[in-house]
Amino acid sequence: MSAGSPAADGAALRVPRIATGFRLQWEPAQNAHVLLYPEGMVKLNQSAGEILQRCDGQRDVAAIVAELEAAFQTAGLEGDVRAFLAIALQQRWVQEA
Amino acid sequence: MPLAAQQPAPRVPPGPPLWLLAEVTYRCPLHCAFCYNPVDYARHGDELGTEDWLRVLREARALGAVQCGFSGGEPLLRDDLELLVAEAHRLGYYTNLLTSGVGLTEARAAALKAAGLDHVQLSFQDSTQEMNDFLSHTRTFDLKQRVARLIKAQGWPMVMNVVIHRLNIDHIGRIIEMAEALGAEYLELANTQYYSWALENRDQLLPTREQLRRAEAVADDWRRRLEGRMRLFFVAPDYHEGRPKKCVNGWGSMFMTVTPDGIALPCHTARMLPGLEFPDLRKTSVQHAWQESEGFNRYRGTGWMKEPCASCDQKEVDLGGCRCQAYMLTRDAEAADPVCPKSPHHGVVLEAVRRAEAGEAQAHPLVFRDPKASRRFIADGNARSLPGCGG
Repeated sequence: MSAGSPAADGAALRVPRIATGFRLQWEPAQNAHVLLYPEGMVKLNQSAGEILQRCDGQRDVAAIVAELEAAFQTAGLEGDVRAFLAIALQQRWVQEA
Repeated sequence: MPLAAQQPAPRVPPGPPLWLLAEVTYRCPLHCAFCYNPVDYARHGDELGTEDWLRVLREARALGAVQCGFSGGEPLLRDDLELLVAEAHRLGYYTNLLTSGVGLTEARAAALKAAGLDHVQLSFQDSTQEMNDFLSHTRTFDLKQRVARLIKAQGWPMVMNVVIHRLNIDHIGRIIEMAEALGAEYLELANTQYYSWALENRDQLLPTREQLRRAEAVADDWRRRLEGRMRLFFVAPDYHEGRPKKCVNGWGSMFMTVTPDGIALPCHTARMLPGLEFPDLRKTSVQHAWQESEGFNRYRGTGWMKEPCASCDQKEVDLGGCRCQAYMLTRDAEAADPVCPKSPHHGVVLEAVRRAEAGEAQAHPLVFRDPKASRRFIADGNARSLPGCGG
């Protein structure tokens, strides 16, 4: 998994899910989605939260992009979504389902 | 491994206590010479009962706590641990068990998994049986290897934690190899923090600069080789770095420890600070403790500081360092942390490091953490618990 650039790895993701040992949840006290892992937490901004909550191991990346474009009434999100997923994969927040 | 969240500067009311550390017992089968539990732990009262712990978990979660660590002592000595984990999981905490491994049988591991335990942090003392068993004063090395396999078999992410000091720092390469062989996802190489039992044993535990330099080089090399497989954290020792740490990410900013007898603390060791009353959760709520109590409010932010901290351009970065360390080494909890070169007491730290470099004869053999030694500290009074000021 260490081989290859993050971008290439992110582009190779087909059906992402939240990685084993990580948990995504909405925290009202922080008004944000957070990703929890052993003894740690990442507070997510809104777009990261919107993407990761769709990484359920069922939807493929194309479906996630289509859903986000519909939800926010916009187009051309694929590049941003893939770039974020590349980072998320490098951080090991997500893995292939 | 600190929380990665970004916290605003503390103000009233404070943000949520994101991290709740439940020290469910001081009882422990190990007798580690660097334990941070108070040296006078034998004087502290009855452990909170199950109902009180469940209430503490609920109240902290309602304030926004997300991480719950079950620690001690050895938390597996509580036979209601599964119950507490199950409730923490149900409430939405990420649940962490911080254990020596003693008592983690296959049956208990399965029960904890069923209760929703998310992760296990297993402590090791060294890569060799001799040093592991010497430092913990128990024969636990083989047991820990078995427990590591049990943890993996349950599918938990495993953090291996090794406290690093003069006696094991030269084995760091082998420690890393062992962690990898056992399948750890994370390895914390935590340089000893000199509090409590570790402070008593500081002359024996403080490494030389050369030892540290070599160890860091080995850790850096391995970090590159392990990328993508295991994450390696090397917690730097503040005595050698001359850089005060932003202790618990800021007093009362995100962290709450609850002691076995139900006292809420802003950090593991704050109970040692004199003249500061910390809230008793048998009598008060977590919310009141966190938001209203003098114990949590005293050192929030920077308003309490005096010189050289008050006018320092780093004061928001390190918040003056650690209040406990300031108190231990200067008898003044509002002083600058003496690891800082700007502290008028910095010489105390330099002298400890100088002694480590010189390898000077040790004042006494290693003191191992056990109830008998603890009672001896209580009988001797405060003088011996402050060796940093020559007591």
